[in-house]
This record gives sequence, C-alpha cells and structure tokens, in this order.
Amino acid sequence: MKPKLVITALLLLNAFSYAHADGSSSDEIAKYRQILSEGNPAELWEMRGEELWKKKAGPKNVSLEQCDLGKGPGILKGAYVELPKYFMDVNKVMDLEQRLIYCRTTLQGLTVKQATAVPFGSVGHPSDIEPLVAYIAAESRGMAIKISTKHPLEKEAYEVGKRLFYYRAGSHDFACATCHSQDNKRIRLQDLSNLVNKSDAQKTYTTWPAYRVSQGEVRTMQHRLSDCMRQQRFPEPKYASESMTSLIMFMAKNADGGIYDAPALKR
Amino acid sequence: MKNLIVLCSLTAIIAACATTSEVEKNYDKVMLNLLKTDFISKGPATVERILTQDDVQKACSTFTSANSDKVSEAIQKSQLSTIKYPSDSNYLGSWSEGEKIAQNGRGMQSSDEVGGVNGGNCYACHQITKAEISYGNIGPSLYHYGKLRGSNEATLKYTWAKIYNSQAFTACSNMPRFGHSGILNEKQIKDVMALLLDPASPVNN
Repeated sequence: MKPKLVITALLLLNAFSYAHADGSSSDEIAKYRQILSEGNPAELWEMRGEELWKKKAGPKNVSLEQCDLGKGPGILKGAYVELPKYFMDVNKVMDLEQRLIYCRTTLQGLTVKQATAVPFGSVGHPSDIEPLVAYIAAESRGMAIKISTKHPLEKEAYEVGKRLFYYRAGSHDFACATCHSQDNKRIRLQDLSNLVNKSDAQKTYTTWPAYRVSQGEVRTMQHRLSDCMRQQRFPEPKYASESMTSLIMFMAKNADGGIYDAPALKR
Repeated sequence: MKNLIVLCSLTAIIAACATTSEVEKNYDKVMLNLLKTDFISKGPATVERILTQDDVQKACSTFTSANSDKVSEAIQKSQLSTIKYPSDSNYLGSWSEGEKIAQNGRGMQSSDEVGGVNGGNCYACHQITKAEISYGNIGPSLYHYGKLRGSNEATLKYTWAKIYNSQAFTACSNMPRFGHSGILNEKQIKDVMALLLDPASPVNN
C-alpha cells in the first residue's frame, strides 16, 4: 500500500465521522478538495476489490482467484478490455458483472440473490461488486479495447444492443440515441458523448468505471446505464441483464482500439 | 375517421419501406423480448409503455438509413392532425409559471411519483432567458423568441403546435410531444407559450 493511499484512507474515515457528527456540507467539500489533491479515491475501491478477490468467502469458503474472466482462471490482465465476450461454459455472452455473478455462485457457492445483493453501494451499505470491478478493470489500464464479434452470439449481442440504442419509446419518445448520437451536444452544462462516433465512444468507454465525486462511490457501467434509463423515462433495467450486456457490447465495440484508462474520476 | 386513414397510410408506407432480412428480423425479435424480460415497471415508467411504440416511435427507431421524404411527410401529416388548440382560444398564460416549468426536469421518471406534476425541462436542450446560463444545446436557442417573431395568430398557432407535437413539423424530432403525450397540460403549455411570447417575459428583453 502506497503511503499516499493510507493518508487518503485516513482522511476519508475522518471526514466521514466528522460529517456524520454535524452533517456539514462545507466539510464534505473540503474533504473532496483534500482527496483530489492526493489522488483518485477509486484507488481505495481497487484495494478493497483486491482483498475481496483474494479472500476466502461463501459457503464453499474459497477465493475468486480461480475465476475465469475469459483469459483463463485467475488471469486479470487484459480481461476487462475484452469484455463482454462469449463464454463457452455458459454458452452466453457476458459482461464483467455477469461473469462475476457466475464466479461467485459457482466457485464460492453464493446464491444469485446473495451475489447481486448490493450492486450499487451507498453510505452504510457498501457494495462488494463495485470494488471488485474497480480492481479487475484497473488491471487492464493502458491496454487497447479489443472486442470480438466473431461468435454468432457476440454478433447478436452487438446487433441487439444497437437496436436498443436506437429504440424510441416511453412518454418522452427518448432513445439512447436522442442524447448520444450527435457531436458536441450538452444537457444543461453536461457534455454528452456521441457514442456512435469512434473517438468519443473511446473517450467515454475507456473511463468507466469511475469514482463519481457527486456520489462518493465508484460506479460501474451497469450503474451508468441504469441511471440513463431512468432519465430516458424507461422502466428500471434488471441488474446484469442480457439487455444491458447487449448495450455494453454495442458501446464497447464502438470504442474498439481505445486505450483503457480507468477507474477514472468523474463529476 | 380522417386520423385513422392517415395513421393507416403511415403504417403502410413504413411497412412497404422495410427491407429487413430474416437475420435482422431475428435481432429485432430478440431485442423486443429483452424489453419484456429485463425491465421492471417502477413509478410512472412502465414496461407496458415502452413495449407499445406508436407508429412514429417505430419509424423513428430506424438506424439503417434516414427515413425517406415520403415517410417523413406521412409522419408530419399524421402528427399535425393530433394537435388540440386551446379550448378558449387564449394562447398565453403566465411567463413566470412558464419559467418554472422550463426549469423543472422532473416527471415520468422511474424515480418520480405517479400522478405528480411534470416539468418541461426546456433548459435541458434550449437557451431561453439570458439569466439562465445552464442550458443545453440539443435544440436551438429560444432567446428573443417573441421579439424576433411577434405574436400574430400564425405565430401563436405554430408555437402552440410545436410544443404540443413537435413531430408535426419535424419528423423524428428529438423533442418530446409535450401535449400529445400528456406530459404538459393545456394550462402548462399556455404558461410556456407566455415565457416565449409575452413581451414582458425575460426571453424578450
């Protein structure tokens, strides 16, 4: 553990207990300023993820170290930049979060319900998934996104994802494409990425998951899509469902070749 | 009856223009099945609502090529016929209420309450007043909207119709069909109209 991280961790704990005591928002802001000058708080999630990966857990009391994320059991380097991909053992295309559910149920003996209990953490209810994703994704930093659409099911996931991206429905007639298929657009002051433009798609896809300053948590692509669906006036997507994997497949393929640089830091 | 004919002809045109192969039809089918299985109704955002695309939503979900002029014209014609003008022929409400509606981004999200008051969220996409600098740019600037156009009967009618159902003029516009889709009620549209057209509104100063 790097000394800078220890300091960051201590500051975080300090700030949490202080904020808890009087709930002052200016202290929260001071906390963020301090943290940002030290580094990305996502590093704390990465460290916790590493612990969770290596720790024996579940009814079978085994670690996740033999989990095969597509590069062979236990190989993390380069795994994230090739996901989603087809897995022969389940005859399905999976993204990282689906694959983690698979490993936690098959290796550790958790039920699906247990393995998906807290997909998105909040204060007092930390998620195990967000740190695991942060840790695994970080192992691909500096590598190029390389998505296969060779297998018919990979091709299908991409094509289905594309159709979901352009599907207009609901009270407001919105599709993903309404906000994310033109260059240089904004909602209020928030820049929107054009996810069908290669360089924009690369810039976006290579910077998730990210520590969201506004939420104080590391958020994964599943969380990002879920919140997009809410603003799109769509019903709530089920966590780690096939539809979300398809959308991620579409985005990931559009970002092919981009150099992975996450967990990042975002608004 | 006339509406029905327009709608049917729109469906026929879209159907005739569809040249999807069997493989592509299968992808469409898989996608539609996922919408059924992978989403949960929550608050005002229901699965039922996203499964029941109308003809316009269907035609505007295409990505293989832009709609032909014929399809666009059919959409605009069918949507123009949906517009209900104000029952008392009075187009302008209160601009200050309109400003609140333009600022309000709530309504119809899974996180909103059922039957709550919807906002228009106009600033998400448009510049409107000079004072509000946090505005988006998906739609054109509306600053000085009334000052530039005046407020004769034709302008009032056009602006009302554009807010009520934007697709009456621009097929597949990104703008929600605020009146047609029941997002804003008649009074709210009058207030937004006043924000744009009332000479006293900050939009026109």
